Amino acid sequence: MSAQATAATDPALRKALVRVEDVVKYFPVGGGLFGRGVVHAVDGVSLTIQPGETLGLVGESGCGKSTLGRVIVQLQPATSGHVYFKDVDLTRVRGEKLRRTRQQIQMIFQDPYASLNPRMTVGDIVAEPLRNFHVARGRKAEQRVQEVMRVVGLNPNFVNRYPHEFSGGQRQRIGIARALVLNPTFIVADEPVSALDVSIQAQIVNLMEDLQEKFDLTFLFIAHDLSVVRHMSDRIAVMYLGKIVEIGPSDSIRDKPLHPYTKVLESSVPVPDPDLEAARRPILLKGEIPSPVNPPSACRFHTRCPIAEKICSEVEPPLEMKENGRFAACHFPGKL
Amino acid sequence: MTAVDGVSFEVDRGEIVGIVGESGSGKTMTALSILRLVPEPGRITNGRILFEEQDVVQMTDEDIREFRGNDVAMIFQDPMTSLNPVLRVGFQIEEAMVAHRRFTRRQAKERVVPLLQRVRIPAAEQRVRDYPHQFSGGMRQRGMIAMGVSNQPSLLIADEPTTALDVTVQASIIELTRELSRELRASVILITHNMALIASLCQRVIVMYAGRIVEEGPTRAIFKNPQHPYTWSLLRSIPRVDEQTHEKLISIKGLPPDLSKPPPGCKFHPRCRFRVDRCFTDEPPLEEVDPGQLARCWVLMKNVKDLEVAR
Repeated sequence: MSAQATAATDPALRKALVRVEDVVKYFPVGGGLFGRGVVHAVDGVSLTIQPGETLGLVGESGCGKSTLGRVIVQLQPATSGHVYFKDVDLTRVRGEKLRRTRQQIQMIFQDPYASLNPRMTVGDIVAEPLRNFHVARGRKAEQRVQEVMRVVGLNPNFVNRYPHEFSGGQRQRIGIARALVLNPTFIVADEPVSALDVSIQAQIVNLMEDLQEKFDLTFLFIAHDLSVVRHMSDRIAVMYLGKIVEIGPSDSIRDKPLHPYTKVLESSVPVPDPDLEAARRPILLKGEIPSPVNPPSACRFHTRCPIAEKICSEVEPPLEMKENGRFAACHFPGKL
Repeated sequence: MTAVDGVSFEVDRGEIVGIVGESGSGKTMTALSILRLVPEPGRITNGRILFEEQDVVQMTDEDIREFRGNDVAMIFQDPMTSLNPVLRVGFQIEEAMVAHRRFTRRQAKERVVPLLQRVRIPAAEQRVRDYPHQFSGGMRQRGMIAMGVSNQPSLLIADEPTTALDVTVQASIIELTRELSRELRASVILITHNMALIASLCQRVIVMYAGRIVEEGPTRAIFKNPQHPYTWSLLRSIPRVDEQTHEKLISIKGLPPDLSKPPPGCKFHPRCRFRVDRCFTDEPPLEEVDPGQLARCWVLMKNVKDLEVAR
């Protein structure tokens, strides 16, 4: 949120809570006689998340943003690279230490229909992490469940109901209650509002902001909707074909995108204002997004970039600081 | 259950009208009624749908087929469900033209590639022989649009045409729709939940809630000066782009009503922050509140002095 933007947006001011270092995630594809290949879902991503901040992660379908989120919470192992949480390398630790660390990291999923077990009551769903991590059981667990249900705006008397008895927005609240029950410090939210109706989206966005303030939470907010991400986030990271192409404070990314892809994204999003819309000129990209099995050489955006030059297909631009607190991976930042 | 209740509106030639609403508001059923495609066991119990001078509700089966193919085209959210997976895309477009007898087989064959080029399918001469699964999501939607406009319809109904697509693809589909409407002098009815799309494309907006029109008017008036509390709240529940300091979103508490047992009075009153006693018992009529702008509300936002109650 902008109030804390100064401390949250300048990485030098605070120590990182999460540090992602050169994370790579490949998935094997095909098989068959000839075409054995790998999907380069995440291909060398490094970033840091400061305590108390919300980092937004945007990109189009297939860019690897969800995979990155799942690797950070260790739902999937990284092919290589490191994920540090408070200096513990999650990709290396095992056993009790991993358990204790993971307790502080939770995830909220996109589809509140698919991520709740339909045969479990809401009370059991929310209490499950307490049992899994041996935190509480019996009467104590019940109390804790009722407490978080109240916090997320669910009637605690509904503990014995099943997920199908709730609306989409309420189901997302159940998912949030489950994520909160262990008192985490860091939550990865993967498209938490995109399956919901507009009037319900605002309820969940406001709830997440309230919870962040109340419990001092740090968020990685993954979404394709740039306007919601901007509203929620202190900083934004933009992904294209498995790589981060730009990262920086939300306001400055909106006002002056450095990477051409960020500029294209910004120009493509319609805004709910007819006067601004009359002036908006979307930059239309040629062609389709290339396959992550066989990504373009050097800068991956060069095949579609309106300002690409020869160097862009020969030398990969590193993600480096271009301005104070702003990083972009481009040979010609701010030129589009 | 009454999914759509007493909805009346007009669309002028060449005009782009948006119907906006959330799930279950009746926006899709309204559009399907225009084509008389309301799924069983649903039916149109009352009302007229006039296309030029003919009443669609009274048309014979023969006439309605003619009307659907030649005068109107419908574009759906998911093009994969409307394309036949085992037939080549080019052949399906050709069939659409031949079936409605506007073109001979020979003419139809000749028109397919230029149509695909017109909707900017890259390498159209080759892609015309592709099957739908070989197309990306954006290309399938372009293919559907090519099929839709192949008979030069005068009305295009687009139901959430870009909801399943990425923003960069969405932008190009919207531009295409705008261009084609102009070229064909065709009217467009855009059905969406996305207020920003409406601001981008439509000259006029119809806001639906619980099967009714709650507000209607020129796009600019609706966005700058909404009179129904639902429209007002909806516009404030989405983040502003030019937000300088962080503002809290306005959320609409609760859920839309169950249409099998709708609330008495105004259908929005259980969720409305500005309701008065009358809203609980009497349903307000849709009345003109400003020239060309109609709203169905006893209160109207221009009479609300203290907007802070909304926080």
